[in-house]
Order: sequence, then C-alpha cells, then structure tokens
Amino acid sequence: MIKAKQKPLAEIRALIAPYQKILILGCGTCVTISFAGGEKEVGLLASSLRIAAGMDGLQKTFAEATVQRQCEWEFIDAVADQIKRADAVLSLACGIGVQALAERYPDKVVLPGVNTTFLGMAIEHGVLVERCRACGDCVLGLTAGICPIARCAKNLLNGPCGGSQKGKCEVDPEMDCAWQLIYDRLARLGQLDRMEVLQPPKDWAKDYDGGPRKIVREDLRL
Amino acid sequence: MKAGSNLEKVLSSGHFAATGELGPPKSADPEVIKRKAALLKGFVDAVNITDNQTAIVRMSSISVGTMLMGLGIEPTIQMTCRDRNRLAIQADLLGASALGIRNLLCLTGDHQHFGNHPKARGVYDLDSVCLIAMVKGMRDEKKFDCGEEMDVEPRFLIGAAENPFADPFDYRPYRLAKKITAGADFVQTQLIYNVPKFREFMRRVCDLGLDKRCHILAGVGPIKSIGMARYMQKSVPGMDVPEDIIGRLKAVPKEQVRKEGIKQCADIIREVRDIPGVAGVHVMAIEWEEAVQEILELAGLLPRPTL
Repeated sequence: MIKAKQKPLAEIRALIAPYQKILILGCGTCVTISFAGGEKEVGLLASSLRIAAGMDGLQKTFAEATVQRQCEWEFIDAVADQIKRADAVLSLACGIGVQALAERYPDKVVLPGVNTTFLGMAIEHGVLVERCRACGDCVLGLTAGICPIARCAKNLLNGPCGGSQKGKCEVDPEMDCAWQLIYDRLARLGQLDRMEVLQPPKDWAKDYDGGPRKIVREDLRL
Repeated sequence: MKAGSNLEKVLSSGHFAATGELGPPKSADPEVIKRKAALLKGFVDAVNITDNQTAIVRMSSISVGTMLMGLGIEPTIQMTCRDRNRLAIQADLLGASALGIRNLLCLTGDHQHFGNHPKARGVYDLDSVCLIAMVKGMRDEKKFDCGEEMDVEPRFLIGAAENPFADPFDYRPYRLAKKITAGADFVQTQLIYNVPKFREFMRRVCDLGLDKRCHILAGVGPIKSIGMARYMQKSVPGMDVPEDIIGRLKAVPKEQVRKEGIKQCADIIREVRDIPGVAGVHVMAIEWEEAVQEILELAGLLPRPTL
C-alpha cells in the first residue's frame, strides 16, 4: 500500500496561514492503515491546529471529514458541500488524493498535509518499509521475490556492490543488503546459477523516465 | 592489441604490472596535479584518476587524464554510474578516446550518501556490469548501447573493480566472472590487508579459470597512522583490516609508523606477487603519493619496463 508521513506541524501551519476556514480531509484507505491521514489523525491534527491558532490569536475554523478513498470521484463528491464552504482543503491523503481534489474542485485551494513516502508494508506494528518502486517492468521473477530496484540503494541488477557487509547495506547499517537477501533465497531455492546471468540495462522508459504513465483498458471502457 | 596502451603492453608481455592512483583536487588548481604527477612519473605503468571519489566533487577524471598525458604519464580514467546516465557516459567516453586516453576503469560508484552532496539524485541508469558490456560493444562492435553504429570506435583497455572482502564471500569470484564475461580486460581489487583471505579468493578465481581470461591486479596501499587503520577497520564498508596489521604498526615508536606502513605495504606486495593468478599490483597511496616510489623500490618492482 501507499505509505505516507504527516508533515511537520510548522510546515502545515505555514501552508494554511493565508486561510481562515479550513477543511481537514482524511482518507480511509492507505493513509489510515499507515496512521498518517485517517479519521483519527484528522481529529488529532485539527486539535493541534486549533490550539496553535488560539495561542496565536488567529480566527481560524477547522472542519473535519474523512472519505473512504480520496482517489475516487464518487467518494470526494460526497463531501462537495463541506469543500465548498472551506477557503482551503488540507488533505491528509496521498498525493493522488490531493490531486483528485484539485482536479474535481478547480476553484478550491488544496494543500497536502502528508508526505507520500513509498509503496510498502508494515513488517511490524509501527515499522513501515519500502517494497516496490512501481518501475513498470517487474524483475521479481529473476530475483527470488526480493526487489533490487526498491531495496538496493543503487538499484543494481547484477549482484551486490563492494559495500555489502555482514548482510547489511553500506548506506545504512540497519538496512539489509537486498542482494544478500536475494543470494540467500536463491540458494535456498537451489537457483544460485541465476546470480551468474548477465542482466542487460533496465528499460527505465517504463519507469517515470518515460514521462507520466497511463494504462488504458479498452475492454473495460464504457 | 585492444587499445595499445602501455598498461596493455606491460600486462600482455607478462611483466608484473604496477599501477598508481591520483586523486584530483577539490578545486580548479592544475598545480596540484603537476605536483602529484611528478611523484608518480616513471614509477608506475599507468595512473588511475578517480571519478568524484567517495561521492565528493573533484576535478573530472578525463580532464586530469588529459593533463597527465601532457606530463608524460599514462592515465587510467575512472567512470562511475552514479553521476551519469548512458548518454552522458558514452559521450564522455567518445571524447576521452578522441583525446588519446586508452585505459578505463568501470565502476558503479560510491553512493552519494557518503559524499558532500548527499541530496543529489543518484543516477545508476546502468550498473558496473552493464557499463563494461556497453563499452565493449562500443569498442568491439562499433555500436552504441541503443544498437546504432558509429564510424570511429573508442579504444579502451577495459577495467573493472572487485572487492574480495565484501559479502557474500562465496559469490565474489562469480561476480568477477560476470565482469570478465561482460568484457573486462583487467581487474583492480579493493585494498588488501587480509592476505590469507585474498589468497583463498584467488584460489577460487583460478579454479574458475578467470586469471586466464583477465589480468588481475591486487589493490594495496600504505597505512599512514594507527588512527587511519582503525578508521578503515571500523568505518569503511567492505574493508578488512586484521588486527595483526595494526599490531605491527603499534609495535614501532610513533615517529616510525609511516616508515613501517611503507615497509608493510611492500611486504604485502611481495606476498600477493607469489599468489597464483595475480598479474600486478595497484598501489593506492591516497593523499600520500610520496610513498609510491619507496614502496615499489622495496618491493623490487623498479625500474618499470619500457615497451
């Protein structure tokens, strides 16, 4: 899922400074699961901002709402009235939700309250890790189900660099070396010969280097 | 001859090679290059010029290489995948070859996190193995990475690096094999202080027949101080500095540590020279180019052959 992290309060306060009536809009899907922008975080952030505004003697109002998914028109249409009443919408959804609001409400100021961080999972409660870079050309079938694009700091395709030591990455001694993980898993699967195959340069045009990406499914279009 | 460089002649004629290294300055000052060049001239077969080593911005490898040629020293330029995509790499290599540079070391590069611009975007369009294959395609098939043909190909002796001390140890000879299959003509290893471990690495390399397909130069370098040794031992990823290496330096009075470091380096050269499959040494006396002549003299590697 998409993982996000709430922006520092000072940055959020600077973003909303010009506006009086602010709607804080949460999202009930990915950011709820990553504890960054669900109903609970909307409430906590609203309280913090009310206290801060009060201390500064500012006349600001903060309305609260959370929709099931900010990246779908039908869900954001459901809060159209609240959005219209606000000077600005502070979205706690990922960047997709923020942009969906901006596109659906062309005359409304929309501000991001979180930093969309990566595609990943919680490996334990409170520990979120990156697992996919959405590179558009999945190599997991070659690498024992462990992604060197998302999990190697140099996105190497041909094995570990000279900085792999005791299973850890030279960039961060807390981080596993992806290629050590791949090596160990290939060994377990009896497929170590795959480590000897030369991988050609990656086609980054399928990643963001090819420009913004789009999928059109003619079979599904109405 | 693939490139016709002095290094290629030394290696292909069976001489035990000795290469040096020169770190460009963090400035536009050509005098630093002249001073360091004078310390290396005539004592090594070719001089590596690092490419933004440890991800710190320095004078470019190709420009320093060109200056060295003017000073009568054969350069080995280094090219990393960190700072350039395949367009920039190919363009720079065409230019380097046109300027007369004939030796090239292909590297992935230290991560930008370590350097003085940690907020920079790391490119890594290619990795070192892909880079080697691309250069071989340019040289031997006159083809760009995209497959288009060129009129005049760049001529390089293609080098690769390998770290025998990185993990997984069992995989390292196979990773070297990949680089040789991709097109590496010579290899320079990471700094060797753990000679027994390097000997075991070379045994496996020779079992795979890699020493017959590629010239392998053992990386060595003098230790200046006990502090430097400890730093390399504890803080440099992929470095293996055994306790007895530090012990030998600790056994001499403080003012003699440098002298002992030079002797120790020469002793390591003598040891690795006897290991089957080792075709030469690459002496990395980082910011201590003054030491190179004495090390090579003590190791019995001077004078260098003139071919």
